[in-house]
Amino acid sequence: MKFSEKWLREWVNPAIGTQELMDQLTMAGLEVDGFEPVAGEFSGVIVGEVRSVAPHPDADKLRVCEVAGGDEVVQVVCGAPNVREGMKVPFAVVGAVLPGDFSIKKAKLRGQPSNGMLCSESELGLSDDHAGLMELPADATTGQDMSDYLGLNDVSIDVDLTPNRADCLSLRGLAREVGVLTGQPVQEPGLRAVPASHDQKPAIVVEAPAECPRYLGRIIRNVDLSAETPLWMVEKLRRSGIRSIDAAVDITNYVMLELGQPLHAFDRAEIEGGIVVRLARESEELVLLDGQTVKLTPDTLVIADHEKPLAIAGVMGGEHSGVSERTRDIVLESAWFEPVALAGKARHYGLHTDASHRFERGVDYQLARTAMERATALLLQITGGEAGEIVEVASEAHLPQERQVTLRSGRLNAVLGMAIDAARVEDILTRLGLDIVDSTGDRWTIRVPSYRPDISIEEDLIEEVGRIYGYNNLPVTEPVGSLAMRPKPEALRPASAVRNFLVSRGYQEAITYSFVDPKVQEILDPEREGIALANPISADLAVMRTTLWSGLVKTLEYNQKRQQPRIRLFETGLRFIREGDQIEQQPMLAGIVTGSQLPENWANGRREADFFDVKGELESLFRLLGVGVRFEAGKHPALHPGQTARLLLGERQVGWLGTMHPQVQKKLDLNGTILMFELFLNPIVSGYVPNFKEFSKFPEVRRDLAIIIGNEIAFADVDRVVRDNAGERLTALRAFDVYEGEKLGEGKRSLALSLFWQHPERTLNDDEVHELFNRVIDALQKELGATLRS
Amino acid sequence: MENLEQLVQDGLTAVKNAESLQALDQVRVEYLGKKGVITQQAKTLGKLSAEERPAAGQKINEAKGQVEQAINARRASLEEAAIADRLAGESIDVTLPGRGQDVGGLHPVTRTLQRIEQFFTNAGYSVERGPEIEDDYHNFEALNIPGHHPARAMHDTFYFNPGTLLRTHTSPVQIRTMEAGRPPFRMICPGRVYRCDSDMTHTPMFHQVEGLLVERNVSFADLKSTVEEFLRVFFEQDLQVRFRPSYFPFTEPSAEVDIEWGREADGSVKWLEVMGCGMVHPKVFEHCGIDAEEYRGFAFGLGVERLAMLRYGVNDLRMFFENDLRFLRQFR
Repeated sequence: MKFSEKWLREWVNPAIGTQELMDQLTMAGLEVDGFEPVAGEFSGVIVGEVRSVAPHPDADKLRVCEVAGGDEVVQVVCGAPNVREGMKVPFAVVGAVLPGDFSIKKAKLRGQPSNGMLCSESELGLSDDHAGLMELPADATTGQDMSDYLGLNDVSIDVDLTPNRADCLSLRGLAREVGVLTGQPVQEPGLRAVPASHDQKPAIVVEAPAECPRYLGRIIRNVDLSAETPLWMVEKLRRSGIRSIDAAVDITNYVMLELGQPLHAFDRAEIEGGIVVRLARESEELVLLDGQTVKLTPDTLVIADHEKPLAIAGVMGGEHSGVSERTRDIVLESAWFEPVALAGKARHYGLHTDASHRFERGVDYQLARTAMERATALLLQITGGEAGEIVEVASEAHLPQERQVTLRSGRLNAVLGMAIDAARVEDILTRLGLDIVDSTGDRWTIRVPSYRPDISIEEDLIEEVGRIYGYNNLPVTEPVGSLAMRPKPEALRPASAVRNFLVSRGYQEAITYSFVDPKVQEILDPEREGIALANPISADLAVMRTTLWSGLVKTLEYNQKRQQPRIRLFETGLRFIREGDQIEQQPMLAGIVTGSQLPENWANGRREADFFDVKGELESLFRLLGVGVRFEAGKHPALHPGQTARLLLGERQVGWLGTMHPQVQKKLDLNGTILMFELFLNPIVSGYVPNFKEFSKFPEVRRDLAIIIGNEIAFADVDRVVRDNAGERLTALRAFDVYEGEKLGEGKRSLALSLFWQHPERTLNDDEVHELFNRVIDALQKELGATLRS
Repeated sequence: MENLEQLVQDGLTAVKNAESLQALDQVRVEYLGKKGVITQQAKTLGKLSAEERPAAGQKINEAKGQVEQAINARRASLEEAAIADRLAGESIDVTLPGRGQDVGGLHPVTRTLQRIEQFFTNAGYSVERGPEIEDDYHNFEALNIPGHHPARAMHDTFYFNPGTLLRTHTSPVQIRTMEAGRPPFRMICPGRVYRCDSDMTHTPMFHQVEGLLVERNVSFADLKSTVEEFLRVFFEQDLQVRFRPSYFPFTEPSAEVDIEWGREADGSVKWLEVMGCGMVHPKVFEHCGIDAEEYRGFAFGLGVERLAMLRYGVNDLRMFFENDLRFLRQFR
């Protein structure tokens, strides 16, 4: 809501400056978003009178004028098309300074002396209009300073109103608020009923009383809409951000700004039969005032005649029935529409109007008649004409009921945290227009005025008292609560432990959008369809991620394109999977690695990170978290078929680790070898509580062996056979060398193992170790076809 | 016995001249060994009378001791020189960079969230989480934002279908927590939220922390201290904080919180809006089955990126989600 400070001060004029006024509004919850002077900064501009206009001897488009207003009548050369004899215009005399520090000097234009300049609105910083000179009313006092004449010592203040404060969408409402804040009386303009001077009445039928509980119409005959809107009104509208259109529209806008009631004027000649307020019929169409044709939906309330819709109620009028210069008789509408019935309707048609903004938030349901009278009076004053009687159709059953709300002082004090003096409370309530109808000393019953639809419960009154008392005048106390301890399972490790571990291993955390490019996700996770947004912000952020890789690969690409060869990223967050008609939102941990394993330097070399680097890091993570995750060969569409591991916890799959599939990598336009992993976060952070076991004090025995096995045999198989045969005293098994080479033959590799035994209660003797060792060798030979390497 | 003194002098000279441990050992054998010249002097004792023998013996022992001492001292110094020699050859350039992995870093949003969580968990708040794909009821209805409410226009909501959406704030976690438990409550809920809006100062996803405290006896004054204290510990400054009446459908009274952030040209305080807060609306309690006459509560909400920008001087919100390593590495 934008308004002129001067206009507000016509209503209420506290002895405080502009800044103080704005601060008080802001601190009362009517946040001032900004303010601006109503004109550019200028001096030396007066009301000039054009005495004569003659053609310029040497230029077709210039005119030579005699202008009065300054110390003497002077010659001014002017290029404006609308200059004419007798007109009054802003006149910048020699020595004037216009906005932008533009000084007016004596000059010669095509040989003709020019002593000053006639100005357009844009040259004075009043508007962007530079089509021609700004024409002043004929009664303007020639020679008067323009700033004084237009009252330009004013600012436009913009308040950002919260949706509950519909009552402040008018000068009257703002004035009421300022009156309460500053203790100043509020002056209402003369609001008198206009008596009927003819007996023609509009026929009005309200078929939808629930949506339109009150509708007022009045015929005003013989108006002259070619009449100029008076400058004072044009200026007030302009300073409130509304452009002047014609007298009828300007007056309805003016009353809306002044009192808060949106009004509409129809051309009576375009109404067939009478006015019908009803819901739209299927596939009815309407050409709106802004020229667009809309197809109405049946939940839309319309103002119609007996033939066709004329306007979308409370939103925008139709082009056809709107007033124009030719209009003789108008039907003026003033109504109260149910906010819920209008909610979202404007938006549905891609509209947002001053009227819809107010009706959706709630207009004073008792205001329609007052506003109608005010507009009528202004119309008669400006456009002439004769007013008829007001026809009012109202449905009391559908109009809001007058509400009473009770405020208990105990509750007030408990919520605000301090005792506020009863007299003070009563003063605040009364000044807000909240009539106290009953008071018992510790409770007040309040009648809520019709302009405050936001007040319906006790808390609303507590807020009003707190707000006017001043939030910053309320005390500050520390909350007191129970000191009960919260359980915190030791086995459950916080996600921060995972993050901190990865950070210490050189990973940088990323946070990517939860919605991703469906094309990228299709490449990484072709078997699942991402849950699609109905209204995505763009095509490449259109589906929810089914894997965190979808965001990480884009981050990788982004950084590779910015000369970052070594990238180690991780992210934690939800992925979104459709399971039947359920949506699963699963916390995940994912990582992506490319470039050298260690930062390149003299000691680290530049070896590219490979599968086992990342696997080692994950193994360390699992040990830290206390979970025994196994790795098994697997297949994943995004991963290299020979370098993919499924991660298992018990029998449950908890994740994937692998090298990105070269084809996938090509499609995504990424460089280098890329390792990726993704894990379910919940199972891997569920570790265990340590339970001490006695350890052996006796020496450990180590035996090494080297075997040759086929490549199809996995280390996991060897591990299993060894453990099955090495007896219960085996404490560890380590592979310390893996070798493939021509000497071994095609498809074979050698594996060197160390086995460790230890007995808890005694020293193991050579013979028993020897026997176990041989049993292991036998089993490896028999079960896996291993041969001993000499 | 003058001979003995001469022998000692010769021995000491030989020790002094020994240039290696090996040479020194030869000197030891020559003078003090079984057949050493000083050792041999003991044999002369037999020729002396019983009265003369003890004194002479003592002299010989003293002579041995003198040479032995010199040998030990010389050995120590030769050993020391040998070690110094070896160490001189083993020196390295300690200014070369070390070997191994570098550290990564946390995202600045995570870093900020961790700080916020720490402040509140220290004060006894729990940390709660909830779904990001939410239903209309928890995101709007239960928070006193019915379908027609103008406040819905303030939330540019991403929808999947009319009843399912991406949460526009973390407030639904309040509802879920209150539905699942019984008061008192003292909790915060950090997390991702989504608004269908993208420009210089808006990203379609950002992070919020919502806080809720429900007790039998809690007031707006308690809310004020909680918010003020939080802002002061967060910024580690004794900031001026002010509360401005505002409107949220789920709190009443409601306030917006401004902090002092520098000064205007005229010297007045420049205020910057950083949080929203208020007393829990009775309707919200009603939706969660809590008696608003028995319990009261306050709630507050803040934008994590906004606080991180102020704290770390980041000037472009969008950088948080570009994940440029040159940006991220500044926060480790």
